[in-house]
Amino acid sequence: MEIYHLTAHEIRDKLQNKEISAKELTELILKRMKNVESKVGAYVYINDENAVSFAEEVDNRIHAGEILSDLVGIPMSLKDNICTEGIFTTCASKILENFIPPYNATVTKMLYEQKSILLGKTNMDEFAMGSSTETSVFKATKNPWDLERVPGGSSGGSAAAVAAGEAFFSLGSDTGGSIRQPASFCGIVGLKPTYGLVSRYGLIAYASSLDQIGPLTKDVEDCALVLNAIVGHDNMDSTSVSFKGVDYKKALINDVEGLKIGILKEYFEEGVDEDIKKAIFDSLKLFESMGAIVEEVSLPHTEYALSAYYIIASSECSSNLARFDGIRYGYRAKNYDSLKDLFIKTRTEGFGEEVKRRIMLGTFSLSLGYYDAYYQKALKVRTLIKQDFEKAFKNFDVLIAPTTPSVAFKIGEKINDPLGMYMSDVCTVPINMAGLPAISIPCGFKDGLPIGLQIIGKHFDESTILRVAYTFEQNTDYHKKRVKL
Amino acid sequence: MKYQTLIGLEIHVELLTASKIFCGCSTAFGGESNTHCCPVCLGLPGALPVLNKKVVEFAVKAGLALNCNIASVCKMDRKNYFYPDLPKAFQTSQYDMPICTNGYIEIDCGKKKKIRIKRVHIEEDAGKTMHAEDGVSLIDYNRCGVPLIEIVTQPDMTSSEEAYKFLERLKSILQYTEVSDCRMEQGSLRCDININVKSEDSSFVSNIVEVKNLNSFKAAAKAIEYEEKRHIDLLKKGENTNKETRRWDESKNKTVIMRMKENVEDYRYFPEPDLVKIEIDSDWVEKIRTSLPEMPNHKKERFIKDYGLPLYDAEILTSSKGMADFFEEVVKEFQDAKMVSNWVMTEFYRSLKESESDIENIKFCAKDFAKLLRLIKRGTISNNIGKRIFKEMYNSGKDPEIIVKEKGLMQISDVDVIKEMVLKVLEEYPESVMDYKNGKGRALGFLVGQVMKVSKGKANPQMVNKIIKKYLDT
Ligand SMILES: [Zn+2]
Repeated sequence: MEIYHLTAHEIRDKLQNKEISAKELTELILKRMKNVESKVGAYVYINDENAVSFAEEVDNRIHAGEILSDLVGIPMSLKDNICTEGIFTTCASKILENFIPPYNATVTKMLYEQKSILLGKTNMDEFAMGSSTETSVFKATKNPWDLERVPGGSSGGSAAAVAAGEAFFSLGSDTGGSIRQPASFCGIVGLKPTYGLVSRYGLIAYASSLDQIGPLTKDVEDCALVLNAIVGHDNMDSTSVSFKGVDYKKALINDVEGLKIGILKEYFEEGVDEDIKKAIFDSLKLFESMGAIVEEVSLPHTEYALSAYYIIASSECSSNLARFDGIRYGYRAKNYDSLKDLFIKTRTEGFGEEVKRRIMLGTFSLSLGYYDAYYQKALKVRTLIKQDFEKAFKNFDVLIAPTTPSVAFKIGEKINDPLGMYMSDVCTVPINMAGLPAISIPCGFKDGLPIGLQIIGKHFDESTILRVAYTFEQNTDYHKKRVKL
Repeated sequence: MKYQTLIGLEIHVELLTASKIFCGCSTAFGGESNTHCCPVCLGLPGALPVLNKKVVEFAVKAGLALNCNIASVCKMDRKNYFYPDLPKAFQTSQYDMPICTNGYIEIDCGKKKKIRIKRVHIEEDAGKTMHAEDGVSLIDYNRCGVPLIEIVTQPDMTSSEEAYKFLERLKSILQYTEVSDCRMEQGSLRCDININVKSEDSSFVSNIVEVKNLNSFKAAAKAIEYEEKRHIDLLKKGENTNKETRRWDESKNKTVIMRMKENVEDYRYFPEPDLVKIEIDSDWVEKIRTSLPEMPNHKKERFIKDYGLPLYDAEILTSSKGMADFFEEVVKEFQDAKMVSNWVMTEFYRSLKESESDIENIKFCAKDFAKLLRLIKRGTISNNIGKRIFKEMYNSGKDPEIIVKEKGLMQISDVDVIKEMVLKVLEEYPESVMDYKNGKGRALGFLVGQVMKVSKGKANPQMVNKIIKKYLDT
């Protein structure tokens, strides 16, 4: 297999056995990017010079015999809403086109400390709003499995980069499925950790109470390695939880015997592709054959999740994005005749359609006289959804559902159909509402396009979902399939 | 028809924490523009707030001192609006769950009255916009994220006098608890007034008018008086006030309109999702309660009891914690409390006023003040010389005994020396002697004055008086 198609842990072994140096590896990946970027378009900024010189420094440390962690010298990328000091962080928006943060996100700092090598910033839906990476102001990223299709969104650039061999892993952010849905479309592993497990400091917020940073990797083992690197309490994020250090590598157990798995009944209803249903049920059969107990479970409030999600996420985004007013950084309208006009023109010209749509929806939902009917009610729905999950987890260790109702759709197919686009997150959104962890792993193909299996766990029980995912992987080989580009 | 004025106040008070509300930046006043800033208080993309625990502690302290209930759980909310000096385009504040509620302050305007406090909540300050002459606006973000509490009263005050008393009392309570220095000139205490007027039978009620950003208690009182009259005049004409926001124009001595309040501003409050709920442990609150210093009211009563001071003195002395502490320090050294009080309330206060200074900045110490009083009481120096020495002490911080020695201001109490001076004066002013003998009592005062003049103020006046009388009456 080509070196760029190897997993991070395979590369780690090669680096540590000195079969390859970090510099060679980085140059190789940069060359790979040169070859395929024009087709895939996963990146908005490539950090080539810095990456190579940083790789040299890492090699020196390796030679000096410094203790190596699992991610030392591994080339990776970050979604462009994760702040990188001195390096463009644009959220794929015109309004932040020229923004260079003066500080690093906590996860950036943590990966730098691990000596992972930043290759660049990946494309995304503008401000993480979208499910196809088409709302980026720069370009639409292509799905490496089929260049006419979307990679999913909003972490589509990160997912495409990993799938196309343009990074060994990437970090994305997941507000309503933005890691799992593109992971599913691109046939890779994507984990949305429990809300609060990974610091959000330096993640340019879309919806604060839902956003969570997580890894996109080629397999479950890599996912555990990356998770190990980014978990930890951060005193810069007061929603960050002080969770006792768990080594997620220890969760990589090929065994599900006695585990109780719940099938989420409502997630298989109309709208879900028959082939996807079949792939998921085949997976469940595998678990059953290995001694897991599989039963159906109902979460009665599921049908309200998507609408409540859009109220809450939009409300928070209307406030989070208000700071982009053209006063201190980012884009400012050229001609204006008053302060108010400056605000209005800057935002009118700086934001794309989908962002404006959500800001307006959120502004409306929070407005005097509508707050109770929309925002307040959405919060109540959120509580009911949480309670549904709490009840289910009294009887089950993990819950299973499709990650997406369909496989990757064509570019342009849903861009003018916002509601249709929102539906592609229908299976992932409730998990964010409840703050739970969930992983998407490849579990089959339809017409050559990957299908995602979603495994949902209890709060802070990433270990169990990794174990279930790892068991599936060890007994199948969907994760070994690579794109041909 | 008789009218009653209803006044409610909203007071913003800057807390005396060393660092800002959501980050570690300094809250120090002054400093070059935009030097006390970081990604968090500038609201840069991706930055997140973390609540400073000291802010909660100070708010609880203030709440307890204002007799409030302290919430066991509260939260922060976002108040959304666009303004260039508001970097996140929302202010993090508290909306429907303030940290403190239902308190009161007792004031005394002839009779005691409780002014109810509706709520005290925590919020952050915004930056400062400066408009340069060429039309350019400059923004200083140093104040961004400086912690404030907003204190909101019920409309319980009915006159400018009550409002003034309330503000003074509030200021002294906050200074006592050391949660704020309440320096209005540095903006650490700002006051808004809500005022309206109703006829005695409630048949006529004027609309509530808000007067914003009063920068002194005097201005607040004047603004109230101005508005009171304006409301009544309008009601008398059968008209009403507009719901509007006004400001006090110091130069014109009147309030002027800032903006109409026809439409309620919609701040789209909602819970701050970047901060977790604030849980306040009741044991912690009790600990803060027991650590509170003696409040002005208690101190006042204690001063009356322990030092035998009249109410008037006790009230003035305890209105400022600094002054009360100073007073007690002096009394420790010099037990004549009434004499200390007299001196503090006259000479000392006058000097502070003239130099526009306050007790925190004085140059001399309580011990030296006690020394001065001792010199006077023992008769080493006269009362008038004492005043002169105090002035010098106040300006230079010098030891009064040294001043007395250096300038030779010791009082003359030697009978023979005084006799000599008296004789000289009597000789010089025979007409006055005659006047006195003819029953014109006033002449005595003149003669005493002349002796004092001859002695350059150093002669013991009681002795001079006695000796002159002795000579004249024989
Ligand atoms: Zn700061």
